[in-house]
Amino acid sequence: MHIIVCIKQVPNTTDVRINPETNTLVREGVESVINPFDMYAIEEGVRLREKFGGKVTVISMGPPQAECALREAISMGCDEAILVTDRNFAGSDTWATSYVLSQAIKKIGDFDIILCGKQASDGDTAQVGPGISTHLDIPQVTHVKKIEKIEGRLARVERMTEEGFDIIETPIPCLLTVVKEINDPRLPSLKGKMRAKKAEIKRLGAEDLNCDFDKIGLDGSPTRVVKIFTPSPRKGGVVLTGETGEIVEKLVEELKAEL
Amino acid sequence: MDILLTEEQKMVRDLCRQIAREKIKPVAAEYDEKEEFPWPIVKILAESDIFGVYIEEKYGGMGGGVFEMALATEELSWGCGGIALAFAATGLGTFPIILFGNEEQKKKYLPRIAKGTIAAFCITEAEAGSDAGGTKTTAAKDGDYYILNGTKQWITNGGEAEIYTVIAMTNKNKGARGASAFIVDKDTKGIDFGKKEKKLGIRGSATREVIFTDCRIPKENLLLKEGMGFIVAMKTFDHSRPGVAAQAVGIAQRALDESVAYAHQRKQFGQLISSFQGLQFMLADMSIQVEAARAMVYRAAKMVDAGEKNIAKLSAIAKTFASDVAMKVTTDAVQVFGGYGYMKEYPVEKLMRDAKITQIYEGTNQIQRSIIAANLIKELKKK
Repeated sequence: MHIIVCIKQVPNTTDVRINPETNTLVREGVESVINPFDMYAIEEGVRLREKFGGKVTVISMGPPQAECALREAISMGCDEAILVTDRNFAGSDTWATSYVLSQAIKKIGDFDIILCGKQASDGDTAQVGPGISTHLDIPQVTHVKKIEKIEGRLARVERMTEEGFDIIETPIPCLLTVVKEINDPRLPSLKGKMRAKKAEIKRLGAEDLNCDFDKIGLDGSPTRVVKIFTPSPRKGGVVLTGETGEIVEKLVEELKAEL
Repeated sequence: MDILLTEEQKMVRDLCRQIAREKIKPVAAEYDEKEEFPWPIVKILAESDIFGVYIEEKYGGMGGGVFEMALATEELSWGCGGIALAFAATGLGTFPIILFGNEEQKKKYLPRIAKGTIAAFCITEAEAGSDAGGTKTTAAKDGDYYILNGTKQWITNGGEAEIYTVIAMTNKNKGARGASAFIVDKDTKGIDFGKKEKKLGIRGSATREVIFTDCRIPKENLLLKEGMGFIVAMKTFDHSRPGVAAQAVGIAQRALDESVAYAHQRKQFGQLISSFQGLQFMLADMSIQVEAARAMVYRAAKMVDAGEKNIAKLSAIAKTFASDVAMKVTTDAVQVFGGYGYMKEYPVEKLMRDAKITQIYEGTNQIQRSIIAANLIKELKKK
């Protein structure tokens, strides 16, 4: 079985600050980590390989320093890593990013399952996974909390919903985005770390992937970030006390005053 | 300290630090309270290849030595001095095989230990602690077998370990020269375990009697040759003492970290207690001692790995100093926390309880001082 895991390097969310003047993330001095949800995708990929054999290829699109994230994925047990990087990719939105990643996956060739975290902790869009499956024209199941079984060319998974979960059968190849309920990611091993240190990280750019230059980067992105702001913190609620009738009257008054 | 470490050593330290912070620290108080053996942590350490750090690569290890073992022990002990013993006391049980095992014995046992099989070292008896010459356990030759009889006491990892290295007398008349060292598998008939001891500290580790009753072991399990038991034990301790010292440094470092953090949030008289010079000086002194102890441990461990012949003195100095530091610094940490420090809801009383054993086991600090003095006199005679 060939599993492809897509990961993103993000700023450590325990330490996010926004520059109030430019409304952009302050990245200086902020540690970069693998998107926490992607850790579950890596773990699930490695578990699938341990169960069914084959290999796990991890890919990331990002600046050259995203190589650290890929090495960490190898230290957790992934077999190969590819960094998709090119100045022309700068400014790509989720649509352009998923296009580039789908081109990279086409270049990799045969695969059975693509795993992604349900969303990235910096942008929180949850769009790149589904975008990749759309570009590749393969089925997708989002918010997967369990891979129940894989038999032949069919996977049976549990998709988490607000009330419980759906059981979905999907043909393979497919793309699954996973939630944190799916597993408990392992720590790296020393042998994994040694391997990660020596591993060759393949780099692919726009031309290697035969990208249509109209579909990548800022110009190839149909969406624009117009403004980012820090929402003002929610004010605490007010608890009204007294007899029911009184409370209702008070409430109506309060609501009127708010209008 | 980074500049002193190789890439591989940094990996060992960083991974053990991560395990200590993320996996051990959150459960340490619970294991201390319940006195259970930390099998889930053992599994994590095994999967992360930590058990193999000081074992040769050809036996499935990572190829490090005493220094790597000490690095790992220090970091794990920062998380919990008791839980760390699953790893560190396995080292004590393994060194006799690393140092004196023949190829067959190494091939048979070291790969299993590198994968996370627990080991233990059995020397102490009711009447043979500091005076190892008082050993009563016997090993009588019977054809292709030795038959072991006797009771070992306070064996760390006893009952949990699969592999035991045991010191027993093959010739009672020869005193210390009549002792021999053996490897005993847990599934051998005639090996039993006493009840789990209740202890002041390191309660996340298992301490039991190991009882041999007509326990027949194949003669291939003899280490080195008959009569070499005390050499095996002494050389093993020379190699393992930097580990005990590292355990002490880890506990002391944790006490310092907890103290600084607490002092910088606790307010009295309208200000942080970290702003009081009396307390600042205490913290500074704690830090000085921890740094000095760590420097000594690193040096001793590196000398051992470099093949220095007379390591007994250095090893003993590091063990004595680091364990005395751990006792002092953890006691001061309780003082920094004041009344809260005396309460179980806060982590420092446990550190103080855990620290005490480091002054006692693998040779009391008084025995260490005797070793140091004996070496000083020996050196004088050589001059």
